[in-house]
Amino acid sequence: MGTTSREDFREILRLVRPGSRVLEIGCGEGGLLELLASEKGVDGRGLEISAAGVSACLARGLAVVQGDADGDLADYPADAFDYAILSQTLQQMRDPRRVLTELLRIAERAIVSVPNFGHWRVRWSLVVGGRMPVTRDLPDPWWSTANIHLCTLRDFTDLCADLGVRIEASAALTQGRPARQMEPSRLMENLRAEQALFLLSRPGQRTADSRGAAAVGDLFDR
Amino acid sequence: MRFGPDQPLRLDSRARLGGLEIAYRTYGQLNADRSNAVLVCHALTGDQHCAGEHPTTGKPGWWNRVVGPGLPLDPDKLFIICSNVIGGCMGSTGPASLNPETGKVYGLNFPVITIADMVRAQAMLVDALGVETLFAVVGGSMGGMQVLQWAADYPERLFSAVCIASAPRHSAQNIAFHEVGRQAIMADPDWRAGAYAEQGARPEKGLAVARMGAHITYLSESALQRKFGRELQRDGLSWGFDADFQVESYLRHQGAAFVDRFDANSYLYITRALDYFDLAQGHGGVLANAFALARNVRFCVLSFTSDWLYPTPESRMIVKALNAAAARVSFVEIETDKGHDAFFLDEPVFHGALRGFLDSAAAARGL
Repeated sequence: MGTTSREDFREILRLVRPGSRVLEIGCGEGGLLELLASEKGVDGRGLEISAAGVSACLARGLAVVQGDADGDLADYPADAFDYAILSQTLQQMRDPRRVLTELLRIAERAIVSVPNFGHWRVRWSLVVGGRMPVTRDLPDPWWSTANIHLCTLRDFTDLCADLGVRIEASAALTQGRPARQMEPSRLMENLRAEQALFLLSRPGQRTADSRGAAAVGDLFDR
Repeated sequence: MRFGPDQPLRLDSRARLGGLEIAYRTYGQLNADRSNAVLVCHALTGDQHCAGEHPTTGKPGWWNRVVGPGLPLDPDKLFIICSNVIGGCMGSTGPASLNPETGKVYGLNFPVITIADMVRAQAMLVDALGVETLFAVVGGSMGGMQVLQWAADYPERLFSAVCIASAPRHSAQNIAFHEVGRQAIMADPDWRAGAYAEQGARPEKGLAVARMGAHITYLSESALQRKFGRELQRDGLSWGFDADFQVESYLRHQGAAFVDRFDANSYLYITRALDYFDLAQGHGGVLANAFALARNVRFCVLSFTSDWLYPTPESRMIVKALNAAAARVSFVEIETDKGHDAFFLDEPVFHGALRGFLDSAAAARGL
């Protein structure tokens, strides 16, 4: 989705531990999975809704199943993966809360990115223009957008708190610029981040002794 | 390929089949490190002639859109093996063969066989051809069931597996349609309790009706409507029971052409093998257990939207089990209105997906 996807990819590549098992939900034509395999030696699997996307993935030698996150995540056994990646599609799910729970059932960690509905441009459009915002990250008008469950950074961190999901790392993504580490609960970030990417782990999971900690360290040490 | 009396085929029914004959055809050459062998598994009424000209009918092979130079299974690159299943009637040992113990045609004395028996016979053939591991085992419909059985019984001998328009077990509806076909054959007075060969008869009427009924399940309502609608054979109705409608005439033709090339008892035995197929059953009722040792096999599962014989949920059941077994599986549902038989037909998206999977697997295999 849009040109930020490359920054998105770069950030995800940084977060994922080499040699890990990854499920990408909504993997499209497999660009990220291919990068993860070639640069991180990841054993990657994909779930993709379009037959054309899956066919493109097959031609790249990727293992991808046609299906959708709303219905088919239940088919995966618990703890099958180290990471479940859901890039910029949580807001398109019928039941994002359940999807988030499912991601962390299937995988030890989830990497999730969402557009921030609290961004100042979005607020400006709504407050001053009196219209549903159409921005770089939300390019479609209300009547054709696939985004049915938009949230702000605060909404997202509230949901994580509610589910007991631990946010191990978060980064703000703004088009064309490298990802920037941030503290998602800060009010300022809720105004300035166009998109946010989160590394999440299960309730009660300890960061200090977990294998993902190294990846988080990498993120902050840049 | 004939196997001596010292190499009988052990059957699931505990019977043994001695003097086994397996009719097969190969395309291409086995490479020096024997890594490019592919086994193509045929469907219920198929045979070993998947490509090239069929020696009996003179028609092109049943998979001439998939097997051939420049096609997804290319004999310029791969060594392709296709054998007639046991129980069949195109040269492999079946109910029309001579029983070596009596010197007479088996007829109903032929033991009931299973998909696993067919696969065990294929493994003997593959051994005899000097192939240890197969680069791929590929098949649609009943062929897809053989692919799944290979993955369950010989996972260490497979690099990749392609299961098309198939199912992990026969459903009640599948068994029901087969029973109608079998009853049609057995109701034909010329069936002679299975002993028609000795008595110089052929249950052609019954076999044709069985084929007509089954053929409907291979198509789809919209394909039949598109192809025939309510079009008539001649101007006006006959006010009788001639084939007024084009669809009737088409089905009659399908039935008549089928009896020329197929044996009625083979039809009984092979449909029985399909009905008995339930891959989970031998694995504690859990399909995923069947694939427990197949984690390293690259699987590709393909289904067709309008296939109501083995509809997409059947393929999804396979995919779910493979996922649960942590196997490496890909799955695509191909959009088409051509029904179950779409895997024989001109379906560019299907062929594209198949080619993509096989080419990337070949690259991973160093072919």
